[in-house]
Amino acid sequence: MLQTGSPAGAHAALASVGEGEGKLALVEFMLASTDLQASARRALDWLVSHLSVRHAFVATIDPATRHLAILAERGLADTVSSDFALSLEDDAHPLIRAMHGSVPVYFERAPLFFRGSSESAAHVVPLGMHHAEEASDAVGGVLVVAANLPEIHPEVVWLADIFSRQLQRLQTRRALAETRLGQERMLLYSIINAVTDPILLTDTEGRLLIANARAEKLFSAPDDASEGWRRAVSLNNMLFSAALSTTAVEEKTLEPARRELLLVDPLEGSDLVFELLSSRAKDERQGTYVVSVLRNVTDLAKAKEEIEESYRTLRVAQAEVRDERHRLDLIIDSVADPILVTDEAGDIVLMNTPAERLFTAPPDNPEAVMRRVRANGAHLTSFVSSLLARGDEQRHRGEIGLVDPATGQPSPVEAVAGTILSEQRELTWVVTILHDLRETLEKARLYLQLKEASAALELKVAEATAELAQQNELLRRQALDLEQASSLKTQFLTNMSHELRTPLNAILGYTHMLLQGVSGSVSEPQRRSLTRIDSNSRHLLALINDILDITRIEAGRMPINVTSFRVAQLIDEVMAELEPIVRRSNLSVKSKVQPNLPLLRSDRQKVKQILVNLLSNALKFTHQGSVTVTAGFQPQGRTITIAVNDTGIGIAEADQMRIFEDFRQLDSSPARGYGGTGLGLSICRRLAATLEGAIELHSDPGKGSTFTLKLPEKLRKR
Amino acid sequence: MATEAREQPLVLVVEDYQDAREMYSEYLRYAGFRVAEASNGFEAIEQASALVPDIILMDLALPRMDGWEATRRLKEDDRTRHIPIVALTGHALSGHAESATKAGCDAFVTKPCLPDALVAEITKMLEMCRKLRAAAAGRGNTPIPRSGAGRTRRD
Repeated sequence: MLQTGSPAGAHAALASVGEGEGKLALVEFMLASTDLQASARRALDWLVSHLSVRHAFVATIDPATRHLAILAERGLADTVSSDFALSLEDDAHPLIRAMHGSVPVYFERAPLFFRGSSESAAHVVPLGMHHAEEASDAVGGVLVVAANLPEIHPEVVWLADIFSRQLQRLQTRRALAETRLGQERMLLYSIINAVTDPILLTDTEGRLLIANARAEKLFSAPDDASEGWRRAVSLNNMLFSAALSTTAVEEKTLEPARRELLLVDPLEGSDLVFELLSSRAKDERQGTYVVSVLRNVTDLAKAKEEIEESYRTLRVAQAEVRDERHRLDLIIDSVADPILVTDEAGDIVLMNTPAERLFTAPPDNPEAVMRRVRANGAHLTSFVSSLLARGDEQRHRGEIGLVDPATGQPSPVEAVAGTILSEQRELTWVVTILHDLRETLEKARLYLQLKEASAALELKVAEATAELAQQNELLRRQALDLEQASSLKTQFLTNMSHELRTPLNAILGYTHMLLQGVSGSVSEPQRRSLTRIDSNSRHLLALINDILDITRIEAGRMPINVTSFRVAQLIDEVMAELEPIVRRSNLSVKSKVQPNLPLLRSDRQKVKQILVNLLSNALKFTHQGSVTVTAGFQPQGRTITIAVNDTGIGIAEADQMRIFEDFRQLDSSPARGYGGTGLGLSICRRLAATLEGAIELHSDPGKGSTFTLKLPEKLRKR
Repeated sequence: MATEAREQPLVLVVEDYQDAREMYSEYLRYAGFRVAEASNGFEAIEQASALVPDIILMDLALPRMDGWEATRRLKEDDRTRHIPIVALTGHALSGHAESATKAGCDAFVTKPCLPDALVAEITKMLEMCRKLRAAAAGRGNTPIPRSGAGRTRRD
């Protein structure tokens, strides 16, 4: 029940925190308890533990016997406690007197009570009576506390006050319960208290009349409540009043007004959400009241929020599923191959656009088209049912001879079907993917063609290769034959020159002997004839030798012997060799060699042969003037040049190339005055080339010629 | 031509071509030499061993036994080792000159060779041998050393 007001002493007692906490626990216990004896014991325990009281007891009026009886005791002598009984009629007894008083009484020598105690003095504090709304013998008692000072401890007074309220509350309940009306009221209180929702009864001004235990927790604080608790309670009272005053509680309507009310949990400080239901109750005697029921919807609000949240999540998930489905549709439609999903009965439940072209057609199409569509459908159904007939297989592959509905062209497809089973392993759908075989067949055909063409090509290549190899072999043999022929030719020429020279040797020898007069003297005409024989034989010999040289050079069998030598020395040698001819010629023959001319590295014998040839040519074809041999060095090409210059008959430009050809002499008459085989320059040109050099000719007919032999300073030996 | 009063030098002409052999012999006799003839390698060794000539004119291309083989055998024989041999060949290949020298020839002449040129070569060779013999006699009697004497060039 709602308690208002509090003694000043009790407030002062809430000085220290420690005591305060003990008191709080005590007060809470009292509020919750309906057992008077337990409350008394708890109160005495508090005295013992907090005030070091060693002896104390509580005695209350027993309404049935109208005696004062001990309810709880600490440290009381056993004899006393068991025998204690004071009749209320015994007005003279100091305890009864003290009980009827309003203030504590100090007994210096108590007639008493406490076992083996030197403390015979005691304070007797009256309980209950002064708080009663109407004085009643049914409610009352004393708290006896052993003492050694006349001044009573304030905490004892506070405790007595607290316990008085408890005594009054519980004794009144008990008293009420004893009457019928009281019983009904008690039942009503119990019902109201048992309701888990806070219930408040207020007057029309909003003043609080009755509150149940739940409401009390929210709207009232005990006297010793903490500051926070008090503040929370006052805030709740304000919020509640405000809610009531703003709530239009219509007198006419029986429907209770509903509104949301936000309060604070005084003990935990957390927010509580209530639904406030207020309705007016009219009582003939008492007037109009407002009954307010608060329904705690804190959890409901939370639940609502959660539901909303999960709803949102669900919406998002649904949207995602929708998107996913959309994407899947797009993907399936974008696949060029027809895809179909059929149920266990073989009916199509889903297909993509390419599949639609094969298996559907609007009814306004020509009959032929519709027939083809139906035929395609029948083919598919038989394929799917054949898959189902197998049962055990999850995948099935086969070919279906479909027809393009629009054109009637055959459209063979490869069908791959897979079954989709439910969790219970029951067949739900069959997914079939069709793959157009026309392209594959076309590819296979093209591949075959390609292969054939490739094979044909390979054959041709092989034939060509074989032919080429044959030709190569032929060429190789021809080359071999040519080489052998060339070799045979060289051998033949070599042998022939030998065979020719052997008799020529005898001819020359005998002619010579005749001319020498070995066989007796010869006449002048005989000598002339012998001389002709001799010169023609020598010419023949020279021809044979030159042919032999050319043959050897051309056969590459001219050995090259490379040494380093001085060009000046070589020129002197050549000049000396030709000295007899020079002497006969009446020509001025000189040599000019550049000083510091580097050594020439080449085949000395061949260079000499060339020079002898060039110089003897010059001498042969020059009748007057001079012949000059000049040697020099060209650093840029590292070339050594040996030029033979004459003031002879010269060579016309048209003839300048021809003179290097075989058997060329500008005047080739047998009775020529120059002699020679006509092979000299040809041999010189070949020899120069063998030595990696060349012979150049500059000539003015009638003025003279210059033959220049150019040779590399150093011949790379092959 | 150079002749010695007491005894003319003996030349062994080895040549299979009869006209050439007789031509050289005739000219050598004309020039004052004594001449013996052989037409192949066997005859050459036989004649050389029997006559021990002062000099041998050896054609290299011979039937039955060629000039190289005959020269080798003569140079292996103590009795004939000292006789100078002038090789005679119709092949103007440098290889022949080398192989002739290797076989033991002391000089080398290329055909065609005019009789007077041949006689000049033989005279030169004999003169050189005589000088060497004289020099050797001064120091003691030693066999004629092999000479790397020159050769006549083709015309």
